[in-house]
Amino acid sequence: MEIFGVPVQALMSQLMLGLVNGSFYAILSLGLAVIFGMLNIINFAHGAMYMAGAFLAWMGLTYWGISYWWSLLLVPPAVGLVGIAIERTMLRWLYQLDHLYGLLLTFGLALMIEGLFLYLYGSSGLPYEVPDMLGGTINLGFMFLPKYRAWVVGVSLLACLGTWYVIEKTRLGAYLRAATENPRLTQAFGINVPLMVMLTYGFGVALAGLAGVLAAPIYQADPQMGSKLIIVVFAVVVIGGMGSIMGSILTGLGLGVIEGLTKVFYSEASSTVVFVIMVCVLMVRPAGLFGREK
Amino acid sequence: MSRKFPLGYLLLLAALLFAPVVVYPVLVMKVLCFALFACAFNLLLGYTGLLSFGHAAFFGSGAYIAGHVLKEWGWPTEFGLLAGTLAAAALGWLVGSLAIRRQGIYFAMVTLALAQMVYFIFIQSPFTGGEDGLQGIPRGHFLGVIDLANDTALYYLVLAICVSAFWLIYRTIHSPFGQILKAVRENEARVVSLGYDVAKYKLVAFVLSAALAGLAGATKALVFKFATLTDAHWHASGEVVLMTLLGGMGTIFGPVVGASVIITLQSELADKVGSLVTVIMGAIFVICVLAFRRGIVGEATALYQRMVGRRA
Repeated sequence: MEIFGVPVQALMSQLMLGLVNGSFYAILSLGLAVIFGMLNIINFAHGAMYMAGAFLAWMGLTYWGISYWWSLLLVPPAVGLVGIAIERTMLRWLYQLDHLYGLLLTFGLALMIEGLFLYLYGSSGLPYEVPDMLGGTINLGFMFLPKYRAWVVGVSLLACLGTWYVIEKTRLGAYLRAATENPRLTQAFGINVPLMVMLTYGFGVALAGLAGVLAAPIYQADPQMGSKLIIVVFAVVVIGGMGSIMGSILTGLGLGVIEGLTKVFYSEASSTVVFVIMVCVLMVRPAGLFGREK
Repeated sequence: MSRKFPLGYLLLLAALLFAPVVVYPVLVMKVLCFALFACAFNLLLGYTGLLSFGHAAFFGSGAYIAGHVLKEWGWPTEFGLLAGTLAAAALGWLVGSLAIRRQGIYFAMVTLALAQMVYFIFIQSPFTGGEDGLQGIPRGHFLGVIDLANDTALYYLVLAICVSAFWLIYRTIHSPFGQILKAVRENEARVVSLGYDVAKYKLVAFVLSAALAGLAGATKALVFKFATLTDAHWHASGEVVLMTLLGGMGTIFGPVVGASVIITLQSELADKVGSLVTVIMGAIFVICVLAFRRGIVGEATALYQRMVGRRA
């Protein structure tokens, strides 16, 4: 069976890979948006945290025999704690300054983290086995679906929607939105805004760590995996705008799928297609698809 | 103080004229190229308040285009440099007109993303030689007379290029145009309300900065006789930000100091610590942002003014 001269099996597998990438874009751009809302900082170190998540999973398995499932549970909080340490010791001195300093500081941190892992492990990726339970494929009749990829998309979606639910539908989320809108007034109502800022950064970074663990069996643990991804995620953020949580999720997934399809139909453009879309969006709707012009 | 600065410049120029006698000229030329790159970048960050995170695209395209026309088409050296500069200016116009549609932090992200796109195009285009880069770019003869294969001869050409470009930047900053750029940096809404077309001013500044970054890249390609993907990589964009930040953004001379420190540090450390250089660069970034935001020249000026103030 073929569609536009491309075998369905190839099309579907690229589509699935696109969805996997898209869910990473979604998780990371969601984290960036939440952090930007509270801290007014674009976290350049987000990619490095994603990479650190993958490496922590690899290190856990290799040095201490910690299984994939425990990594999935333990690595995100660990990355989150690192994030909280960074927020407490460095980022909080920058809140009064121009946004650019936050970007520059986190850029420096990203260089340090990436450089350290490059020094320790070299630039070739370290393989990470897919856990036994998720190995193999499911026969859907028209295609073979690798179980692990379906799992990654499922977990990512769950994490994204969970975050959306907490922010939009719960009391905690209401405090968070209030603090984003007007931190001083929120503080005057007796809510501990600095604590929320700290936890927000920790949480955003933990999401990146989670994406890293999910990515390890697909892409291996590679010191440069983060910086490659973060630049594309920046383009995703520019396309979607950071005004809406759901917007970030949809933009991320959508662009992943488009990228996957481009790989099938015109593979030369697959590395640039997201940037081309960004150019188009900038020309037509400079504030981004879901953005608000401030 | 303003009277003392020209004297300082003259002393520095004299030192640079005699530098190749004492120091390995290729290292000084590298410092000069990156100093020019950083000054061009500072015109945008320090004087217009626009953080471009994609300046390596202009540096790299300057290097590639100059290298290509010199090697494949056999153009004379001066036209090669000009071609690199103009190509970077054209690219700067494209990137700039898109990027100025967004402000602040988005501007940085847009420029970074567009530069990454340019990087991918360079990887795929056959003329760049892919991972190997363009090798064996001929230096040729300047104006058909001076043989640039001689490092000393090339050194004086590079020095002349950098001094003229530096003078151009200096004049731009002190022109009415430069005053408006500074006003945009301080209070954009105010400048708009005074009736200036801010977008146009930003774009002109962006194109000028891109063109000079391209000139720096083209000159670098001439010095090292190669152009590679490293020139266009986002690391190079980060490096030029670091040079400007370390030297002092918004100071005329800061980027030169920053570039000298970073390039010297890199060439000193490369053999000793290998890939840990990146970690050290990152650490300098963090320290600068946290404790040292005025940079070397900024802090020195502040110190000088405090001492003068005390005496008065």
